[in-house]
Amino acid sequence: MSEVTLSVNGVTHTLDVDPSTPLLYVLRNDLGLRGPRFGCGLGQCGTCTVLMEGRAIRSCMRPVSRVQGEITTLEGLSADGPLHPVQQAWIDEQVPQCGYCQNGQILTAVALLDANPSPTDDELRQAMNPVLCRCMTYYRIQAAVRRAARAMAGDPEVER
Amino acid sequence: MTGSPGVPPERGLAPWDGTVARRAFLKTSGLFVLAFYGGRRIGLGHPASGSRESLTEDTALYPEVDFRQLDSWLVVREDDTATFYVGKTDGGQGTGTAIRQMMCDELDIPFDRTSLVMGRTDLTVDQGGSGGSDAIERDAVVARRVAAEARRVLLELASDRLDVPVAELTASEGSVYVTGDPSRRVTYGQLVGGRRFDVVLTGSNVNATTGVADIKPVQELRLVGQSIPRYDIPAKVDGTLEWAVDVRLPGMVHARNVRPPVAGARLVSIDNSSVRDLPGFVRVVSEGNYVAVVCEREEQAIEAAERLDVRWESPESAPFPSSEDLFAYMRAAEPVSRTRTQGSRTVPLEQVEGDPGAALAAAATVVEAEYDYPFQGHTAIGPAHALADPSDGQMTVYTNDMKPYSHRTGIAEFLGMPPEEVRVLWMEGPQLYGRTAADDAGFEAAYLARTLGRPVRVQWMRHEETAWDTKGPAFAFALRGGLDEQGNLVALDYAARVANYAHVGYNEPDTVLIGQLMGRRPSRPSAGGAQPPSDMYAIPNRRWETLTVRLPLAFETPLRTGNLRDPNGPQVTFAAESFIDELATAANADPVEFRLRLLRASREDDEAFRRARSIAVVEAAAETYGWDPRPSPNPARGGEILTGRGMAYAYRARTAVALVAEVEVHRDTGRVWVKRMTCAHDCGLVINPDGLESTIQGNLLHGLSRALYEEVRFDTEKVTSVDWRTHPTLTHDDVPERIDVAFVNGDPDPDRPDLPHYGAGEPSHKPVAAAVANAIYDATGVRIRRVPLRAERVLAALQAAGA
Repeated sequence: MSEVTLSVNGVTHTLDVDPSTPLLYVLRNDLGLRGPRFGCGLGQCGTCTVLMEGRAIRSCMRPVSRVQGEITTLEGLSADGPLHPVQQAWIDEQVPQCGYCQNGQILTAVALLDANPSPTDDELRQAMNPVLCRCMTYYRIQAAVRRAARAMAGDPEVER
Repeated sequence: MTGSPGVPPERGLAPWDGTVARRAFLKTSGLFVLAFYGGRRIGLGHPASGSRESLTEDTALYPEVDFRQLDSWLVVREDDTATFYVGKTDGGQGTGTAIRQMMCDELDIPFDRTSLVMGRTDLTVDQGGSGGSDAIERDAVVARRVAAEARRVLLELASDRLDVPVAELTASEGSVYVTGDPSRRVTYGQLVGGRRFDVVLTGSNVNATTGVADIKPVQELRLVGQSIPRYDIPAKVDGTLEWAVDVRLPGMVHARNVRPPVAGARLVSIDNSSVRDLPGFVRVVSEGNYVAVVCEREEQAIEAAERLDVRWESPESAPFPSSEDLFAYMRAAEPVSRTRTQGSRTVPLEQVEGDPGAALAAAATVVEAEYDYPFQGHTAIGPAHALADPSDGQMTVYTNDMKPYSHRTGIAEFLGMPPEEVRVLWMEGPQLYGRTAADDAGFEAAYLARTLGRPVRVQWMRHEETAWDTKGPAFAFALRGGLDEQGNLVALDYAARVANYAHVGYNEPDTVLIGQLMGRRPSRPSAGGAQPPSDMYAIPNRRWETLTVRLPLAFETPLRTGNLRDPNGPQVTFAAESFIDELATAANADPVEFRLRLLRASREDDEAFRRARSIAVVEAAAETYGWDPRPSPNPARGGEILTGRGMAYAYRARTAVALVAEVEVHRDTGRVWVKRMTCAHDCGLVINPDGLESTIQGNLLHGLSRALYEEVRFDTEKVTSVDWRTHPTLTHDDVPERIDVAFVNGDPDPDRPDLPHYGAGEPSHKPVAAAVANAIYDATGVRIRRVPLRAERVLAALQAAGA
């Protein structure tokens, strides 16, 4: 064990854990967060996704010792009140079924739209492709990403 | 974040809805009112049956909730809110929202003043949890009846309170007022808030539960038919929902299983020194061939399970053929049985109509084909998990198991505990499409918790989930059809073989994986269902036969079979509806026209009007898609991307579905992209259109994943498809450009006030593989008779055919 300092959703935490511990277990079991979830432990499904300095990373594969910069989890997107436009789009399009994977879908979409505010359909598919959903809500996820992109661009036509 | 042992998380309910208060409420005497209805005393407030005594006097820790008490189903609070309690679970298809809509309609209360509790064995009546797509079709009818009864009682109470006959009262929006004088009004909360209804219901079983009130005619339902947003979605989107996977208890430890590396291997020895000095190590637990490692922290348990040095002895003979050799094995194997007992006679395992042998011999054209459908898994996105708390001698299991009631009784039996000391709390979790490994994980957690005497959380690893969860069975089919000179289908012979010898039921102590590994065996293996194709085709001469074959290893095998969404449906429909297209081609007929001819060849119908409704969905799918009639294959085939469309149709229970798939086949790679899907769906009365559409979209794409990608692969020792690379699934890139869903009401009396609401959780899963295979044939002229339709198989078939 050793001391590790993490900044998560704007709060700094000093923890006594083995530095090789994957970030996922620290977020879930030490910080009590529920957004990132275990899916494969292999970086293949995206269920455990968090943002590190705005970039989507797989927390199941990332030792806490290699975390550099601010971590944002699903909870952190709307921690200070209103939902993030991507979260709102997820509700407007009624996306989730079981919802287990949606943490990774939402955060990957947030990272995508930050980097590319108006992705083409092909860019959208390629960016979202590594995040799996076994309820197969993909069709609605893609509709929600397009809706969020329009909302974030200030399109008044986006229906609520 | 954490609760104290034995006290469940509150899930956003008012405090007195928690276990202690809720049960105290059920035990508290409340109103004593006698009511009369149509001359019959209906027992309002009167302890008319022993069941009420059992509620009030039972000293058991977790007694069963009495379905014959109205108070078991709903409560009304003084603040005019209400909570409904149903013994169902919602896997994300929105059954909870739909049931709540229906109950609000029957009770006449606004949706946003209600909440719904599902699937807690200590709080909700035993409706069996989920399964069989029956939540809306069967259980919601009971929910409607009990809510209607509550409304009737509230009107009686209001009649007393306002001194006005019931006939002159109106119930609306959570209050009762004098018709014509809305100022004379009393709210539901004022009438019964915080107190018991004390109404005894009747019914020989939970599905027959009823009061004396009638449910409303369809025309009077206001919320039904509206796309009310799902109540569970916001907390799934902002990260606030507490799932079964999230529950943490003080003193809790983490377990990981260590599975036999080879199917059927026997445990020889465990070297505890391989993990004893690891940080956080608590204990190695083993019994028979079941092995688990327990540590203080989750990542420690994962590492310890990887490091644990276990010696295994491989079985003397191979547990199964390889997946490459599976279908040859299944065709050559001697079936477990070719006959069954019918009364005092022994009859073949077949159904026969007419004389198919003679009709085939006399047919102008005979078409024959064989189809193969592999084992497929649940492979949940979140591996199986559970948390069990053994504090104070009781057992509480936090799980996403879709059948919490049998989970409770199964675990109680497994541990030798009275069921009254076990409770199961269903919470949200990864998809629950049948007999998932959630059953297995809950038993494991409970066993470990009792062994250690402290709360134990277990979660399977990805390789474990993908290799060891229960499998939908593999099928090998042989079909023969005979056409007359005019191209009419006069004979159809369907012969299926299914590798489903020891079908695993739900929560059975002797078939759950930990039970099998400990050496428990059912007295008799139970073969799974053997449903033949479900269609309403009128074919004068027909034979159906389904024979079960067994693989060498029946137990402790990763190829144990259990219910996977629409058990057998995708397999059987793939063969049956592919073959109908092959027959249409032989008859030089348009595939839609060919199907409609077979459906219209009879005038007979059944109680659910399945024939008429089948015709309606086939017509609606073709019309919605814009189907251009012509025989397959598509005569315009050229270029690198070949396009085509295919149809398949089926019904499941009383729901009829037809699907058109449009594909692009890449000639250079064999990649298939399903560009459009058009589904016509008749499940009777639609409760929540958007929720239904979402459910159908999920069904279609899950079916597409099974059609294009999914296959359990194995060598002669073990499953080799163990993660998302070796066991691929549908991804974002595969998603159709457009999915259209047409709701059809093909009932001959579409506006009847008692129009039923049929199930929708599985029917549209059925036709997907066949529709896609038919579209690939239409595009390429090449028939592929083996699922999955992965690029390499399609490319090889195209090259072999020179297409």
